[in-house]
Amino acid sequence: MAKLDNQVLLERLEQRFAEHVQKTDEPFGLLSVETSKEYIIEVLKYLKTDKELQFIYLTDITAVHYPSQELSIAVVYHVHSLIHNVRIRIKVFLNGDKPEIPTATTVWNGANWMERETYDFFGVIFVGHPDLRRILNVDDMEVFPMRKEYPLEDPNKVDKKEFFFGR
Amino acid sequence: MTANRLVFDDNDPQDDLVTLNLGPTHPATHGVFQNVLQVDGERIVSGISTIGYIHRAFEKIAEHRPFYQITPLTDRMNYCSSPINNMGWHMTVEKLLDVEIPKRVQYMRVIIMELARIADHIICNGILGVDTGAFSGFLYVMQEREFIYEIFEEICGARLTTNIGRIGGFERDFNETAFQKIRQFVKRYPPVLKEFEELFNRNRIFIDRTSGVAAVDAETALSYSWSGPILRATGVDYDVRANEPYSSYEDFDFEIPVGENGDVYDRFMVRNEEMWQSIRIIEQALEKLEKEPQGIFHADVPEFYLPPKDQVYNNMEALIYHFKIVMGEIDTPKTEVYHAVEGGNGELGFYLISDGGRSPYRLHFRRPSFINYQMYAPMSSGMLLSDAIINMSSLNVIAGELDA
Repeated sequence: MAKLDNQVLLERLEQRFAEHVQKTDEPFGLLSVETSKEYIIEVLKYLKTDKELQFIYLTDITAVHYPSQELSIAVVYHVHSLIHNVRIRIKVFLNGDKPEIPTATTVWNGANWMERETYDFFGVIFVGHPDLRRILNVDDMEVFPMRKEYPLEDPNKVDKKEFFFGR
Repeated sequence: MTANRLVFDDNDPQDDLVTLNLGPTHPATHGVFQNVLQVDGERIVSGISTIGYIHRAFEKIAEHRPFYQITPLTDRMNYCSSPINNMGWHMTVEKLLDVEIPKRVQYMRVIIMELARIADHIICNGILGVDTGAFSGFLYVMQEREFIYEIFEEICGARLTTNIGRIGGFERDFNETAFQKIRQFVKRYPPVLKEFEELFNRNRIFIDRTSGVAAVDAETALSYSWSGPILRATGVDYDVRANEPYSSYEDFDFEIPVGENGDVYDRFMVRNEEMWQSIRIIEQALEKLEKEPQGIFHADVPEFYLPPKDQVYNNMEALIYHFKIVMGEIDTPKTEVYHAVEGGNGELGFYLISDGGRSPYRLHFRRPSFINYQMYAPMSSGMLLSDAIINMSSLNVIAGELDA
């Protein structure tokens, strides 16, 4: 096999998943691809178990909220092939009203807390997760604070109002 | 992972389990986090880890701050080695803005990061000693950590939450006293470290308490996404400094120490060996610095680097740039970037999405402590309580980095 660079990696993914995996970008040399929630676990499993790719290391799982988009929650996976020293970023866009995606704990044990954190902040339901509870925020909290609908107050304006200073 | 796991019979009618709260403010938890343990006498049957006690919403706050104001947030993650977080953040922004850093600044950064790594490992290994009952080692090396803090103080005025870097380099040059102290440290630390090492690696009690305890194999460690010294203790030589060199680490000659058994003793030894390597790196960096032109301490990027105050008052151009940076009127590229550095505890990653505005659209910290700690409860089950305490020390979980 040729040296594993982004081109080769992309070809392999396209060969295996056809149009279910699309390249979106390659910022700063890090291949970024998009797939759907139906295929994400298959893609992750393929990346991990393929003898030549060996993306054995799950670096991170997180999410991003784009309120203006129809599929407003993006779940982002960073996976690393320690053998080839290549990283890949995989994104899955989900419906913001009911964001559901299968859990990656079936592929890596380490996905457990990362998914709990993502659930805690964005409300993404990881279907099949063994223990999907809030992790950093309090259990009885009802909102998902990292979503863009909960902006912080503008520190430059609000606390500079005179009545805050008893004037 | 199962090396020291005891096997017991769940159907034994005489089993009488007790629920024990280890933490949130127990001294052995080294921070504010709780482990609810089911114990059968001295043996842990199962446990649940609870975190979030000092969650400060860094990621949310960061979305509302300009890039340069995020620096103090990063300082407060792993507060034992805050300059590493700090530099990691600035390198992420520099990658985003395509800022090239002069070699001298990169070497200065390497010195600071390695000093921070030593400070971090000193406290971890010192405390590991304390938890096994050996208090003297902790006292011996604490002086050296104080000395490192003096160096930080000389450079930026602060000791713990250093706020030491800027986008493009440093806020000010290292003064002569700082350089003197760094040279002094490189000379005075090795004998102390040697003594510290000998205090433990020939100590019967220490070896009995640590070797074979909480042993984890490489496969399990990788599956739990471990990184840093605890992963290397299992035999995996993954170090971000070598795999994806940043800040000119490729110019340095150093080794990646790895362990064999992945137990507490190996973690201790890997950290110790890393301190030797850090000293080696600092020595090389000092040598390299002498060949670099003096007086350069930041990149020439006036559109991102805040000008010194006296220039703002007396120079029109500096005033304009100051205004533009502070008011966020300088465009940033609309893209995303992931940058990782080797923190004291492992891969410290920054995932930054920019929409072209003055603040990140989304900023996510990959905190090694958060990821390393999730295995604590599952791996503790079957252990003796006293082993679980030492295991926690050897993971070096820093509450600030756990909760963020």
